[in-house]
Amino acid sequence: MVNNRTDLELITSLVDKEARILDVGCGNGELLKSLKNKKNVKGQGLELKQERVNKCVAKGLSAIQGNADSDLSLYPDQSFDCVILSQTIQATNNPKNILIELIRIGRKAIISIPNFGYWKVRLGFATYGKMPITEKLSNNWYDTPNIHLCSILDFVDLCRELNIKIEKTIVLNSNNIKSFNGAPNSWSNFFGEEAIFLIKN
Amino acid sequence: MNNDQNKLPCSYFTDNKPLLLESGTSIDELTVAYESYGKLNKDKSNAIIICHALSGDQFVASKNPLTDKDGWWARMVGSGKPIDTDKYFVICANVLGGCLGSTGPTSINPKTGEEYGLNFPVITISDMVNAQLRLVQYLEIEKLLSVIGGSMGGMQVLEWAASYPDKIHSAIPIATSSRHTAQNIAFHELGRQAIMADPDWHGGNYIKAGSNPIKGLSIARMTAHVTYLSEASLTKKFGRRLQDKEEISFGFDADFQIESYLRHQGQTFVDRFDANSYLYITRAMDYFDLEKTHKKSLTEIYSKTNIKFLITSFTGDWLYPPSENLMIVRALSAGGADVSFVNINSDKGHDAFLLEEPEFDDAMRGFINSVSLEANI
Repeated sequence: MVNNRTDLELITSLVDKEARILDVGCGNGELLKSLKNKKNVKGQGLELKQERVNKCVAKGLSAIQGNADSDLSLYPDQSFDCVILSQTIQATNNPKNILIELIRIGRKAIISIPNFGYWKVRLGFATYGKMPITEKLSNNWYDTPNIHLCSILDFVDLCRELNIKIEKTIVLNSNNIKSFNGAPNSWSNFFGEEAIFLIKN
Repeated sequence: MNNDQNKLPCSYFTDNKPLLLESGTSIDELTVAYESYGKLNKDKSNAIIICHALSGDQFVASKNPLTDKDGWWARMVGSGKPIDTDKYFVICANVLGGCLGSTGPTSINPKTGEEYGLNFPVITISDMVNAQLRLVQYLEIEKLLSVIGGSMGGMQVLEWAASYPDKIHSAIPIATSSRHTAQNIAFHELGRQAIMADPDWHGGNYIKAGSNPIKGLSIARMTAHVTYLSEASLTKKFGRRLQDKEEISFGFDADFQIESYLRHQGQTFVDRFDANSYLYITRAMDYFDLEKTHKKSLTEIYSKTNIKFLITSFTGDWLYPPSENLMIVRALSAGGADVSFVNINSDKGHDAFLLEEPEFDDAMRGFINSVSLEANI
């Protein structure tokens, strides 16, 4: 069973030691803490909910309250070695603009997405004709924060359109973890429940 | 109190090297009255300076000898507290221009042998910081682990970080602003006018005249005190309740509890504060404008800084509201600084930073611990 911890561990494995990191949508700071302990990074978090920011700071992590859609523009070009956006891009207003911003402020970026091309999602919609509900996408259509869902192939297309280079992809489902140098193969779009991309300009 | 000030039991540092002021004049003999808690470690790396607010003093964690009350931040500073005096050497100095032992308008002017009064030069926040720097140098501390302060104390923290970035590891400005707004200045002007309208002020020469403008000073305090609270906290604490009576009196006595409370605040303040000091310190705050003083934008002032910042604001603070603090956060982020920002949910107004706010304590403790780990303490 691939759980949230596996996701964090895989992202952590992609980050260089002692890198300067911005974690966009850092939540309660689990990833920042893991990166600090395992990779000794200099980490900053940006989080929409103030209570979560307060929790991060109480844990000794640097974090500020802010919005991925509007506040990435604050940061100067290339001010981080790596910018991380874990399971967040599908909940933003303007994912395309955010992708451009991530690559501007970070030398590299790591983005993880739930794959809307995953077979269970397809099956759910095909069988019942209703918005699919899976483990990764567990909200009803009317209360989901995920307003910009995409499939792995959709994301790869957008990167190509923006001339963004995909260095590495890790595709996961509940039984399997597969790594690719560059973009993943098309089977991944069917069998992968989630994908983690390491991208750069 | 004016004559007793030099007898206050605390530490004193005196310096005969003139202190050049922002206004271009100088103070020839500088005295800094301060308190310290905990022990300075061998490599002098565990020192923290706490900068006090307008009506604060050096007695941050010890009994104030004038009021016999606990230190103004005893809940934050002490053994086992978020600013742990078992671990850190904590210094708090009475500000330049103050009236509890540091050089100020009640001090003797060495040139005349009399109290300065209004001959005391107008001082600024950066002058206060420069006086503290002298103390830090005297204590042979190369680099402070942290500089911490709320309100006017936060302005000093911002000024420390702007002028002496190599001398501090971390900065914790709390409920503050990078410049005084028109509203901030307006409230201070009310207070100053109240003092100067009191006939006992005698054009500032009340010590010589053997009087004390306690009415003016207490009204100044009453006005200011309202700005430290919030409508929610006033309603919760007092509402429209009457003071020791069942019915309104159809007169101008303190019918309402809030009136009685404010009068008490004013009356007790005059026992521990000097009217001229109040004029000078409020003026220093009004003149505070970091961008103007440093002739740079906030982002430029702090760009490439290695200082780790924690900014804190309180939702119910309308004197130095979250938006003012957020402006500093944004400027720091834009400059690539390592900055944390917590906005504490509280209806207690500006004074929340002095009061029981567990979420604030947790943030302070977490941040200071992380800084001390990074500094190998």
